[in-house]
This record gives sequence, structure tokens and C-alpha cells, in this order.
Amino acid sequence: MKNFIKAGFKPVDSLNDPDDGHRWSIMQKLLLGLTPQEYFKQLRRNPFNWLLFIIFAVGLPVIVYRYYMGLGSVMHGSHDYPWGLFLGFGLFCMVPLSASGFLLGTTVELFGHKKFKPILNLALLNGLLGYLFAVIYLLVDLGVPWRLYYPMVISWGTAAVLFLVGWHVATYLTVQVLEVSETFFEWINWPTAKKYIHSGTIGLTVAGIILSTLHQGALGTLLTYAPGKVHPLWYSSEFMWIFYLCSSVFAGLCMVIAVSTVVKKTMAWRCNSDFLDNLDAITIGLAKGASMALVTYFAIKLIGMTHDNLWVYLTTGWGTWYLLEIGLGVVLPIILFSIAIRKKSVGLIRFTAFLTIAGLLMNRLNTALISFNWNLYQEIPHPLETIISVTIFALFIVVYRFLLYRLPILYSWKAVPAKALASVPVLDQAAPISTQPQPEHQFAKGMSS
Amino acid sequence: MSGISRRKFLKSTVVAGGSAAAAMSSTKSAFAMKEFEGYPDSMGVLVDLTRCIGCRTCEAACNKEHNLPEPAVPFDNFSVFDQVFHGGKQKRRPTEKAYTVVNRYETKAQGAPVYRKIQCNHCSEPACLTSCFVNAYKKTKEGAVIYNADVCVGCRMCMVACPFGVPAYSYDSALHPEIIKCNFCYDKRLKNGQPPACVEACPQDALTFGHRKTLVKIAHERIRSNHKKYVDYVYGEKEVGGTSWMYLSSVPFDQVGFNTTLQKHPILDNTKSFLGIVPMVLGIWPAMFLGFHLLAKGGKGEKEDKSKNKVEVHGE
Repeated sequence: MKNFIKAGFKPVDSLNDPDDGHRWSIMQKLLLGLTPQEYFKQLRRNPFNWLLFIIFAVGLPVIVYRYYMGLGSVMHGSHDYPWGLFLGFGLFCMVPLSASGFLLGTTVELFGHKKFKPILNLALLNGLLGYLFAVIYLLVDLGVPWRLYYPMVISWGTAAVLFLVGWHVATYLTVQVLEVSETFFEWINWPTAKKYIHSGTIGLTVAGIILSTLHQGALGTLLTYAPGKVHPLWYSSEFMWIFYLCSSVFAGLCMVIAVSTVVKKTMAWRCNSDFLDNLDAITIGLAKGASMALVTYFAIKLIGMTHDNLWVYLTTGWGTWYLLEIGLGVVLPIILFSIAIRKKSVGLIRFTAFLTIAGLLMNRLNTALISFNWNLYQEIPHPLETIISVTIFALFIVVYRFLLYRLPILYSWKAVPAKALASVPVLDQAAPISTQPQPEHQFAKGMSS
Repeated sequence: MSGISRRKFLKSTVVAGGSAAAAMSSTKSAFAMKEFEGYPDSMGVLVDLTRCIGCRTCEAACNKEHNLPEPAVPFDNFSVFDQVFHGGKQKRRPTEKAYTVVNRYETKAQGAPVYRKIQCNHCSEPACLTSCFVNAYKKTKEGAVIYNADVCVGCRMCMVACPFGVPAYSYDSALHPEIIKCNFCYDKRLKNGQPPACVEACPQDALTFGHRKTLVKIAHERIRSNHKKYVDYVYGEKEVGGTSWMYLSSVPFDQVGFNTTLQKHPILDNTKSFLGIVPMVLGIWPAMFLGFHLLAKGGKGEKEDKSKNKVEVHGE
């Protein structure tokens, strides 16, 4: 793609072709204004796509195999470890990393902090996709996935925490689809719908805060059903929900920093100047937020330790592992963030964001998998289970990238009003068709270079 | 404050408080009822480990009663007692092919080995039931905890929640996987007042069937009358709020595979503090955040400068 841009290509970012004023067709929008041949050429040339291709070539058949042969074919089928990577990673890790949507929605829409506006759409999309893929992980993990709607319609287990998680993830997913749909309506050019959705922004944002508060916390509460199975260091019957809620704040913010870093590195061509020019300042702002949440988290973790008097466990092997998690995932990020914010070192902030995410993954996996059944035995996830988890994550990346390339998330959609069309100098009457072969030739050269 | 004066407001508050207090006394009994201690006529089984000889008759009877698949090792073969899993860290446990298993423990205190039967303990307030988001479980008034596969989605939360590690899952079924666990022979026997198949089959009278309340008394009576033989503890009387199946042992319970660190109150209690927050968040958050929003906007047409400080504190 970079080569195309170098050769002077401009990806679709408006309702009409700026050269001749004709409306982009859906097909052209989908291909970003490239011809199919060009599009596939750029796909082929990216080595990352080959990696994805290999992952899918291996992983997709394994997923099919899982549905034909049952869960036991891809998991150890353990009665002691009912949950594996699909939930341990897919649900427990993806959900906090997707807290970005409600956090920035609150900041920008509710508190009117316009500084973060350029990154709002990215944060919303990150939230939406994270939840969507958490549900996809769930669909692989459930024994009877085609009954996913049962807790909604057929049979209500209202006293269960999982009932709350299910309902809230479902409703929150809807809220996020609506929030992100604004950009989609812009892209397919349906201004009425966009306007309609926009009028409900505040309502949607508040709904997002409520639902997030509750289900982020509920995820933690799920594990209070298993006292004694979860190691005491990762367990707290009183504070589990607040630990999970609080850590989702820095996780969501760091995820936005991380994703925006990747975006800046790999698809700067898609970002507009509003995004690129403000990104450093925004990153520093996000890091401030994240470090506040980290400090708070560290403080309430200490309170939790004291409340349950867990100090004695710190001298054990589990204690060392726990200290490593807190040290690398909480204390070190606090130090690095404060240095980076003071020196305005965006690079260090980005590194720290990745570190914090790693710390969060460690925490969630430790609670749900690694320290689970600490009195029993350790289970290493089945190889096929790992392959499926990686495949779904690769799918997550592909969908993420697909949408970022197209929807006005990193750039703003230029809807040239119909009236302005007349003023566009008509260069070529047969423009809609004849312009296509022309750039192909042009960019084919760029590619070979 | 328009319309309502402060005095009027205070007055009405006091009146409301007073009437609430008045209502309280009349509802005392209703509050008391919230403390659920199991069904009064719940049946149970008392397992006396000192009587068990490890003959595996109960396992065979259960297998026959429920038409379970033939075991890999026949029931008259006692080599199963030597089986250990996961590097010797685990003995046999109930699986999708066996509702109940008996394990042997060589203990320091006693020359002879001690045998322990494992099956669903049928808790008074089962964690599997309260953690299930489709209500697939039911605690019957006879004391059985039964499961309905027709609504089960297969999330396996109940397996995570069960403090005794009892429910098993038929992972190998692609189309009809389900939770498999002891159901106290509810359908064919317990419902009609009959003891479960394992109890009926036991040649040693190690399993005593009866009302749970009576069994608690019997258990303590046995300990009292033979205090040298028994550990002074009835396992299951208090664990996780009490279970229908209870145990007596001659050796400390942790030496024969029991989890002696379990909480005494129901697992459900652990989630109550959080579940109590839910309606509060639903009730308070909308007004609170809309209020913040209005504050941040600083009223109509005002500049947004003022809101900035606020945002630093809250949004981040």
C-alpha cells in the first residue's frame, strides 16, 4: 500500500471521486479505489498477509474439526479445568482490553473533552471488535453454541453472575454497534441514519458506562464462585469486581495507545492530519489517565492484600509469580509512565502501554487458568486449543484492519455536497469507466520498484 | 428549590422514615425467611468411612441403575485404587462415565487403608445451581440437585463453581454434550421415597439414608458414643452451607482427600455484595453521569474551559 501512496495514489476518502466528481461505487469503496488486480497485488506483497494466510490455512480446518468432533477433540476435556484459553484469553482478556470504547466515549461525548476527539472512533471500534471477538471465542467454547440466546429468551437464571455478564455483553455489543454505525452510515452515504444515531450519542454513552461498570466487574465476580480453586493471591470475595473494573480502565486506555501505535506505523496513509498531528499529545493524555488508574489499582490491591491478610503467601512460589505480575504489569508501568509523561517521551509511553497490556494478560490468565486449581495440578492448554485461539485472534486483526482501511475512523469522510459537483471542472466525460485502467498502469510501475 | 420548602421536605422525610420503621416490625418474619437453611424435609445420606471396605458394590449398582457405559476396569477389580493421574496429584474422580467412585487412602494414623466414596453431595444451596445462567439446575424438596440438559448452553460455569469438583462434561459429544453427575436417583427412587441404588447395594451399611436433620443427629450420636474411633467432625454439616450427603471419618478429613478449607457459608454469598451493587449502578449512574455531562458543558452556551479540570479528574 505504501508503494501505491508513493506513486501518488489516494485511497477513497470521500463520497465522490475528487478527480471527476462521480460517486464511488460500493465496489470501488471496498477496494479503496484500486482495481481488483491492484488490490490483490498489494495484498500479496505484504509479508504479514502470508503469515495470516498460514495461520488461517492451519486454523480454520481445526475450527471445523472442533464442530464436527466436539470440544473434546481440541481441548483436554478436563473436568477440573472446564475453562481453557477460549475463555481465559478470549473472554477474560479481550473484554478489559475493549474498555476503550466507554472510556473515551465518556471523555469526549460526556465531558466534552474535544482533545481526544480524533481517537474517539478508533477507541469505539476497538471496543466493538473486542467484544465481538470475545463472543466469537465464546461460540467456540460453548458446548452447545447454537443455544447462545437461551439465557436471553428460553430460560432465565437471574441469580447468576454469568446471566448478568451475558445480558450486558449482548446489550453493550448492540450499543457499540450503534456507536460505530455512525461512521458506517457515513461511508455508505446514508446521512439520515447517521443523524438519527448521532442524536442518541449521550444516551448510548451513558448506557455504555453503566453496562461496562457492571460487566467488567461481573467478570471478576465470576471467579468468586470458585474460592479455594483460585489462588488466594488472585482471589478476593469482596473486591474482585472493583479490581477487574479498575484494571479494565488502564487496559482499555493502553490498548488504544497500542493500537494507535500500530496504526501509525503500518497505515499512516489512511490517517488524516488531524489524527497524525494530534496523536502524540493524545497519547500523553491517555497515558496520564492510564497511570492514574494504575496507581489506583495498585492501592486497592494493597488494600485487598491487607484485608484478606495474604502477606504470608508472598514468600511462596506463587508469591514470587504474583510479585512478578504486579512488578512488571503495575509498578514498573507506573514508574515508566511518570518518567515518560514528565519528559513527554511518546516512545516510552508506547512501550509502557504494551508492557501494561502484557501485565493485564498475565493477571487475567493467572486468575482464570494458571493459579486456578493451584492445589491440584497444572494444565497446559491443548495444542489445537492454542491454534484455534491464535486463529481467532488473527481473524480479529484482519477484520480490524479491513474496517480501518475503509470506514472513516482514522480520517474524516469528505462528503462533497451535490451542488459542489457542478463546479468541479469536467475533465473527461467518460470518466467513471476510463479512469480506472489509467491508474492501474501508473501503480503497476510503482509496485515493481 | 422551587415549590417545596425545606421545612416541608424535612417533615415529609421524617414521616416517611417513621412509617418505614413501623413497617419494619411487621415484616420481621419476612426478613428472617431470607435466611434459607435448606428444605426442611430434605433427605440425605451419611457416609461412614470407618465401615467402608472398598468393595465397589456402590459403583456397580450406580452404573447399572443409570445404564452407564461399561467401565474400562471391571468393578470387581481393585487395581483401580492404585490409579493416580497428573503426576500422582489426583486420584479417581466422577467422570462422564461414572457418577460415583471410591478411592483408597493409606493413612499414617491407621494401619488399614481408608476408603472414601465420592459423588454429588447435593448441597442445600448448590453453587452449580446459583451460578447457572439458564437455570438448568434444581434443588428438589427431597434434597436432590438435578440437572436439565434441555436448556444447558454448555458454558461449564457449574463445574468451575462446584466446590467438590463433581460435575463432569461429555466433551466428546459434538451435538449433545451435557453435564453428567449424580442425581440422587431422583427420578426412579428418591421421588418415591426410596433410597438411591448405591445405598441399597452397600453390604456394609456404610451408607445411611434418611432425613438430613435426623442424619446430623445420628452422626453426632455415633461420634459421642464412640469418640475414640471418630474424628469429632461431621463433614458436610456446615460446608458451603451444608450438604445432603455427609461424612464421618476415623482419620482427619484432609488425609482422605477432603477439602477442609471450604467456607462454611454458601458460595452464593460471595457474589451477593456485587449483585447488590447492580441495581444501585443502574439506578444512580444515569442521573449522575448526565449530571456530570451538564456540568461539563457548563450550561447552555457557556465556554467549555471550566469543564476541563473536571474532565482531568473524571474522564481519565
